[in-house]
Amino acid sequence: MIPATHLIEATYIIAVVLFILSLKWLSSPATARHGVWAGEAGMLLAIIGTLMYHGIVDYKWIAIALVLGAIIGVPLGNVQMTAVPQRTALSHAFGALCVTLVGTAEFYLRTPNVSAFVMSVLSLEVILGGLTITGSLMAAGKLQEWLPQRPITYKGQNFVNLGMLAIAVVIAVMLVRNPGQTHLYPFMVGIALVFGVMMIIPIGGADMPTVISLLNSYAGLSAAAMGFVLNSKLLIVAGSLDGASGFILSVNMSKAMNRSFTNVLFGAFGQVQTSTAGAGEAKPVRSATPEEAAAILSAANKVAIVPGYGMAVAQAQHKVRELYDALTKRGVDVKFGIHPVAGRMPGHMNVLLAEADIPYDKLLEMDDMNSEMAQTDVALVIGANDVTNPAARTDPGSPIYGMPILDVDKARTVMVIKRSMSPGFAGIDNPLYYLDNTLMLFGDAKQFVNSIVRELTGAGGGH
Amino acid sequence: MVTPDLISSLYVFILAAFIGFEVIRRVSPLPHTPLMSLTNALDAIAVVGAIILAGERKSNLALIFGTIAIVAATSNIVGGFIITDRMLKMFKSSRTQKP
Repeated sequence: MIPATHLIEATYIIAVVLFILSLKWLSSPATARHGVWAGEAGMLLAIIGTLMYHGIVDYKWIAIALVLGAIIGVPLGNVQMTAVPQRTALSHAFGALCVTLVGTAEFYLRTPNVSAFVMSVLSLEVILGGLTITGSLMAAGKLQEWLPQRPITYKGQNFVNLGMLAIAVVIAVMLVRNPGQTHLYPFMVGIALVFGVMMIIPIGGADMPTVISLLNSYAGLSAAAMGFVLNSKLLIVAGSLDGASGFILSVNMSKAMNRSFTNVLFGAFGQVQTSTAGAGEAKPVRSATPEEAAAILSAANKVAIVPGYGMAVAQAQHKVRELYDALTKRGVDVKFGIHPVAGRMPGHMNVLLAEADIPYDKLLEMDDMNSEMAQTDVALVIGANDVTNPAARTDPGSPIYGMPILDVDKARTVMVIKRSMSPGFAGIDNPLYYLDNTLMLFGDAKQFVNSIVRELTGAGGGH
Repeated sequence: MVTPDLISSLYVFILAAFIGFEVIRRVSPLPHTPLMSLTNALDAIAVVGAIILAGERKSNLALIFGTIAIVAATSNIVGGFIITDRMLKMFKSSRTQKP
């Protein structure tokens, strides 16, 4: 049976190479899809290799599970693009579920003959896995709006959460010292599961990009820990690639929100919120009709469109594409400024705009867009709020002070499509709306953009 | 307690983490969503552990947990690759775009 084990190892080594190539190819749009093929090939090889393992005595349940998993996977791969954030959160939960179940079964198979090291990584595996299962399910529930999106905070929340985590770690230490204490094990996993719920309760919608990245990282790390338990180099590599990716994204997101990384790491998101509710006094704002907005846009040479979560909610991306077409046809240079935390997950806006067939070279990163802002005639904000708030630059008392923003106020004219003057989730007033060069366009994003398009294409009178 | 296996595993972990950082640092923000769904699909390689667990059938618990774990991981593999490819297909440059 020696050749078989060699063959299995060979498939694993090729799979590792293909996985790394897969991520490498993703970094360039020209080769990105090759990355998916490399990943698929590596995965297929590794699974076939594993099925050759001589210790497998029963294939029936494996076959049933593989087919069932594929049946569940196909619809999850074909969700609407607007549902991608909750789908991603759900897949983190599934990944963590797999890892936690395998870790738990391994514990009961091996106890009490578990070395201190294996027990340590096994505890890490199931604690990270457990909190990722429930945390990701909570995040998915909030994103799908099955759960209230508002952050729920109470006094001593951090104390309670960190206390729970500390108890789980104490139990882990006790198990490391004596792995025969099987009665302790369910408590460790149980506390991790409850902790996952508690961790997400104070999270608001605006923090979701950071949280999803962090859960991604936890899912990867727990898989890497599982690799240590099973002594599988393949799993260690795949888990650390996923963990590194999630970690980098979390750091990017926390920088883009001006949060310290420790703040993110300990799950203390949602803390700055609710500090300044919108000042009640009514300041004068200037508003405009779709006809006026269309006239200003068609007279412009350069237009910057800044989309946010509001565009996703209103499903306005296809109308925005029509606006882009109409303006481009008139010789207007239209670009999109994408803030890293716009939307509900990293890259959310790029995917929605790409779905609407807007070429990706028109989607600019924040810094590139900002360097062009002073030469921009019109900045059109669609469903974005905090990421355009100039108080982040100017007002040290503002909860978002220091956060990098898209400097739309530096454009000659700013137009903001918004339902009403009510402050957004974060409850922070936006001074942008009261500037002299700002025009408020009140209405639903999709309908308002549609009205502008009809004006521009001359179809407005036909109705 | 410290075995050669463990030491080599630690080396693999450290090297893989560095490769991960270096490769992923180069990915621009544009495909961050597909990056996450792709790494998530790759992470579901945990299925190999679940297959062995269920296949060895050392206990009923191992069979049941292993089977559920295979279902969860396989749905991530299939769904993750499908949606990543769908997203990447949508990204088009204005130079290559058909009118």
